[in-house]
Amino acid sequence: MFEVVLKEQLAPVTTMLRLYAPEIAGKVQPGQFVITMVNDHGERVPLTLGDWDRSEGTVDLVFQQVGKTTVHLGTLEVGDRLHALTGPLGRPSRIDDYGTVACVGGGVGTAAVYPIARALREAGNTVHTIIGCRSRDLVFWEDKMAALSESPLVCTDDGSYKRKALVTEPLAEVLERGGVSHVWAIGPAIMMKFSVLTCKRYNTPVTVSLNAVMVDGTGMCGACRVEVGGETRFSCVDGPEFDGHLVNWDLLLDRQRLYQTKEREALERFREQQCQCGHAKKEHGHESA
Amino acid sequence: MSRRDLPRQDMPEQDSLLRLRNFDEVALGYTAEMADLEARRCLQCRRPTCIDGCPVGVLIPQFLLALQDGDLAESARILKSRNNLPAICGRVCPQETQCEATCVMGRRGEPIAIGRLERFVADWERVHGSLEAERQPPTGRRVAVIGAGPSGLTVAADLARAGHSVVIYESLHRPGGVLMYGIPEFRLPKSVVDAEVRYVEGLGVEIKLNSVVGRLYSVDELLRSYDGLYLGTGAGLSTWMGIPGENLNGVFSANEFLTRVNLMKAYRFPEYDTPVHIGQRVAVIGAGNVAIDSARTALRLGAREVHVVYRRSSDEMPARAEEVTHGRAEGVSFDFLATPVAILGDEKGWVTGMRCVRMRLGHVGEDGRRVCYPMEGSEFDMEVDMVIMAIGTRPNPLAFTDASGLQRTRLGTVVADPITGRTSRERVWAGGDITTGAATVISAMGAGKRAAADIDGYFRLEAPVWEEPQPVL
Repeated sequence: MFEVVLKEQLAPVTTMLRLYAPEIAGKVQPGQFVITMVNDHGERVPLTLGDWDRSEGTVDLVFQQVGKTTVHLGTLEVGDRLHALTGPLGRPSRIDDYGTVACVGGGVGTAAVYPIARALREAGNTVHTIIGCRSRDLVFWEDKMAALSESPLVCTDDGSYKRKALVTEPLAEVLERGGVSHVWAIGPAIMMKFSVLTCKRYNTPVTVSLNAVMVDGTGMCGACRVEVGGETRFSCVDGPEFDGHLVNWDLLLDRQRLYQTKEREALERFREQQCQCGHAKKEHGHESA
Repeated sequence: MSRRDLPRQDMPEQDSLLRLRNFDEVALGYTAEMADLEARRCLQCRRPTCIDGCPVGVLIPQFLLALQDGDLAESARILKSRNNLPAICGRVCPQETQCEATCVMGRRGEPIAIGRLERFVADWERVHGSLEAERQPPTGRRVAVIGAGPSGLTVAADLARAGHSVVIYESLHRPGGVLMYGIPEFRLPKSVVDAEVRYVEGLGVEIKLNSVVGRLYSVDELLRSYDGLYLGTGAGLSTWMGIPGENLNGVFSANEFLTRVNLMKAYRFPEYDTPVHIGQRVAVIGAGNVAIDSARTALRLGAREVHVVYRRSSDEMPARAEEVTHGRAEGVSFDFLATPVAILGDEKGWVTGMRCVRMRLGHVGEDGRRVCYPMEGSEFDMEVDMVIMAIGTRPNPLAFTDASGLQRTRLGTVVADPITGRTSRERVWAGGDITTGAATVISAMGAGKRAAADIDGYFRLEAPVWEEPQPVL
């Protein structure tokens, strides 16, 4: 179980691992996520499934190598196995025929929004898509998104690829043209926060997917608590999707910083070990404790 | 010396200063000599009362007699014939309110240290013995057990022995439930839990990890491929006070704090990847076992001061007496008759303090505990930088997704017959914290045992009839 059957470098620091996980592949719905553990010393980290194949029994884990776990995951090769993969978790997206929708993916959030956009398209919606990244080397799945989009747009913060803009700019233009009855915006908290503000200007409902810190992912620990409409909710079981207009973004941003120092420490230690090993290997000294 | 004159043997333990710097087990266990002396105190009553105090009905005088005779293998066999997880129970059962409370020796002196002897025999067996568990011939019946905690492991073991085929669905990546994520290493070493789980697996029980019922599979779905289903998902949902500031950084549920440390081994960060936050001045809200575990864990992680803040007085503390004693010895402070009304924080969203009120106790309430009231105008602030909420847990509603016909109470517990474990849904049994709300490991095991007997009996009937549960109110 959980064997890597395909590895694809989607962008310099964005990786897709296709994993053999037939039970999850058979059940997962757009909007849901999984929790991964890279080895028995690993942390439980919630990650996005960008795609899946029910008949092949595979799921595509897509992640940006930014923390210890994701950097470590990025060193796995075909034939390696994950220690644990739990899912599908969270509630599925509310897929319906809204008429016209816009799907916005910020950075690695593109992978999360893609299956939602596809399902919305299959449900009969006209879909506009926007991919926004910091720079050219983070852009991926432009073609996959374009294939289901009425107006595929790509922008980068620094202008190194396609249009130089934050996602809010093209989003405002799409909304300005009118007719969009629902928006999905998934990406870094700050990108979602400003996408929501843009939607507010056009009085458009927006669904966001909150990437809070989690441990079990089943409602036990409450690490992922967020405030929505003035009430505390757990993003693992009540979400991860919420009405963007009701989310307390500042609280989410504060809470995401909780383990920042420790996370940096873990990453640095992992990088040091990698250097000492000479090359990236999956063991890293502590596979079998 | 007559049996009556032998003193109760003290439990050797790690020095209280030394143990603050490690997560090793505090209670070290009896030596063979101590166990022998203690076992000899048992009077072998003709009508023993101790067994009545045990939720799983361990044959206490019998296993102690074998111990008196020096036949440890036989002692272990007797013990395990009723209790599938004795090394765990010997460590975490509240014996003082159960078997030892009904021991006749306790009437005029100190009761037999049944729990410590149970631990001694179980530990001996784990190292020396290899009990060949007897299994009935296969019946062809299949049972799904949801949750690999104490209740699920017990029901699974008993059903497997009766010849049924059992699959346990566990949501986490390690079996054990609260034994693994909740109870700290210094109280219950995880190697002990692993060994007991292996024993259950040795009976032929299959454990499917990473399988969240309610998401990956539903009760309705599992009932299509199994003859029966046992719900033992416990009370895993953290509860919150609903006071201002509860979402500040530095406020944690005991569930999160303990899961990070116990299941994920954050106390060995960065060797293990999972971090845990630790403050300098920590307040733990609540005074149950989970609260005491959290407080003692916080001290071991380096907190300078740890305060258990409890709205009632020391007499009402629900925690096991030994844990409170250990906590005090290690330096945990107890602030009674106080409760927080708000958590205070800085502009960056971190905890800086806690506003509390003084409480006073009134008459004895319906639940047998004294009712407490806040005293008006008694607000005071505590300077703390970390708050751990340990005010109880509730059943996780996740397992009820697509579980039609399962009646629940307004507290979120499943309605189940207290004897048989039968629920309102045919072929579904339930037991442990999911039916009672947060209780003890042993009561969950007792429920598992009774349900296993009922499930077995139900399968053996030619035309089984499903009687609706008779909940005791």
